[in-house]
Amino acid sequence: MRVLSLLKGKKVLWLLVAVVLVAILIYIVEEFELSPVSLLEGGLLAMTPLALTAVGECINEKAGVVNVGLEGILLISSVVGVFGAELFGNGFLGLLVGAGTGAFIGVVFGVISVYGKADQVVAGMGINIFALGFVQYLLMSIWGFPGVHLVQRNLLVRPIYTPIGQLSVVTIFAIIVAGLAHIFLYKTVLGFRIRATGESPQAVDVAGVRVDRVRILSSTLGGALCGLAGAFMPLAWFGVVVKEISAGRGFIALACVVFAGLEPLLALAAALIFGFSEGFSFAVAVTPGVKEIIPFYFVNMIPYITTLVIVTIAIGKKRFPKASGVPYRRE
Amino acid sequence: MKRFKIPEVPMRPFIQSGVGVLLGLFLGALLMVIFGYDPIIAYYWLFRGAFGSVSDIMETLAFATPLMLTAVTFAIGVKTGLFNIGAEGQMYLGAVGAAAAAGAITLPAGLHVAVATAFGMFLGALWAVPVALLKMWRGVHEVISTIMFNWIAFHLATYLIVYYLADPGRAERTVPALPSARYPTLMEGSTLTAVVFIVVAFCIGIYIYLWGTKAGYELRLVGVNPDAASYAGVSSRRVTLLSFVIGGLAAGLAGASQIIGRPPAWSLYATLGNVIALGFDGIGVALIGRNHPIGGIFAAVFYGGLRHGSRLMEYRAGVFSELVRAINGLIVVALAIPEIVAIIRRRFEK
Repeated sequence: MRVLSLLKGKKVLWLLVAVVLVAILIYIVEEFELSPVSLLEGGLLAMTPLALTAVGECINEKAGVVNVGLEGILLISSVVGVFGAELFGNGFLGLLVGAGTGAFIGVVFGVISVYGKADQVVAGMGINIFALGFVQYLLMSIWGFPGVHLVQRNLLVRPIYTPIGQLSVVTIFAIIVAGLAHIFLYKTVLGFRIRATGESPQAVDVAGVRVDRVRILSSTLGGALCGLAGAFMPLAWFGVVVKEISAGRGFIALACVVFAGLEPLLALAAALIFGFSEGFSFAVAVTPGVKEIIPFYFVNMIPYITTLVIVTIAIGKKRFPKASGVPYRRE
Repeated sequence: MKRFKIPEVPMRPFIQSGVGVLLGLFLGALLMVIFGYDPIIAYYWLFRGAFGSVSDIMETLAFATPLMLTAVTFAIGVKTGLFNIGAEGQMYLGAVGAAAAAGAITLPAGLHVAVATAFGMFLGALWAVPVALLKMWRGVHEVISTIMFNWIAFHLATYLIVYYLADPGRAERTVPALPSARYPTLMEGSTLTAVVFIVVAFCIGIYIYLWGTKAGYELRLVGVNPDAASYAGVSSRRVTLLSFVIGGLAAGLAGASQIIGRPPAWSLYATLGNVIALGFDGIGVALIGRNHPIGGIFAAVFYGGLRHGSRLMEYRAGVFSELVRAINGLIVVALAIPEIVAIIRRRFEK
């Protein structure tokens, strides 16, 4: 029923229209073979890290923990994930290491926000700045080469073949996670507590639930999903880790979250649109005839411009949790 | 101007910044230990490299110059209740503008410097305007929009360099600034130029503007209490636009200072390698300087010292210089915690 009530909003209508348009465009490009790379496959790959990150952020923002350090978590966990994969000699374990890294940063961020009563936006930005330097330091300290490291081919997480094309296991996982997150937030006791903690931590405290634990737990969950997204990029997508691998995806994911009003399923749909725009820019960049006319630099701007346009059009009256980003103090 | 007095300086912010910096350096030392470096040796060379001799101090000031400005961009945002992290992109545009004006046109010596500087500042401010408009009209949060504009600016700047500004002899960078558009260097063998005086004057100007004028008062009022401001008839939209534009001017000047005020390149690299991340570094600098234009000058000298000294640290102790940027991030996280001094004191008293 909750899904049905979601569908009432006008914005949801726009979202559906956008998703349908995306589907039609994919169909046209694939059917007439306009692009040498598959738009569907590229779009779904680009969607995956955005969806994981955005769904994770939905969970911790529901609990009142706003983490703008997603970009930093993506960066750090991508490098540590590759390191983990090399350490254990297995790409899947690398993904797990990435998720673990994200979870660790999530715990730290949760503790800082809950017990340190930190300004969460500043602390999150601190994580981003930290990552900017730390990732280069890591690349240099681990592999002794500045700024870039190729992942060994045997460590890559292979895509699986489905009727609609090659899909990464992580993509399927991301779609399932969005559904699970919805059920978790709206159908379970813990999910209810998370939402209540974001709305009214006083009431939750009076009811005998530990506000600090709920917030740190949800921050950890959000961090873990973001970390998985980070490790996904080099291990199942690019096959290489570079110092600017996240390329603003943490902030595009934040845009998805704002756009979706903290609903995991809407965040998934938003991630599909943003991911598609990125896949589209990849496809355009390699299409003969187009790449000669439009400089590749402008093609690179497509995801960012899309984000700006969609956020500008779709922003409206959304209800965010009352205690969002506010540290809880017992009186 | 008569009523303008320098206010008394309370000690508390200094203690907080100091604790944040020490905590950042301590955590940075932990990161060194994890990877098998000796932090004491590394920090010795870091600080010796930064402040060990007169020429090192000059070099530190050269590194600090752009950071004073990008710190102003962030700080004036905070003073208006905004989280403006767009200095990075505005700085790219400022650098492109200065490189274009300094390399492509010929003008008399004094005028050329002024025109190149002004054009850089203008482009920086121009790049901040759409962010402000999106915020004013549609309520788009500046954390998202500024980052998107930063990335668009990155690709736009690269495009402009490669297609229009590249040096025919050395395609990896723009045509170097003509001698008539260069700020004079202050000392033989140092990269510190007279642009530092312009920059410090700009920061002091912002300070006087914020605390000495009616417009500055309105700007701070919106930041402290938007309701009171609107009740007093202050247009928060106008203040938002003003805050972003001033921030853009500062960031544009920061970019320009690295082209026409920084030997030996006197040009912008196509990778943007000689300006990249100065905008983000400015956020940390602003926070260490307690979001105050004058505090930012001192914080910039500190962080400029870290950046300059990190090169000697890398050479002598083998610790990769980018660790300094990670330490800056750790300092920012530490400074985000308002009660950090109280927390540490409680731990020690137990």
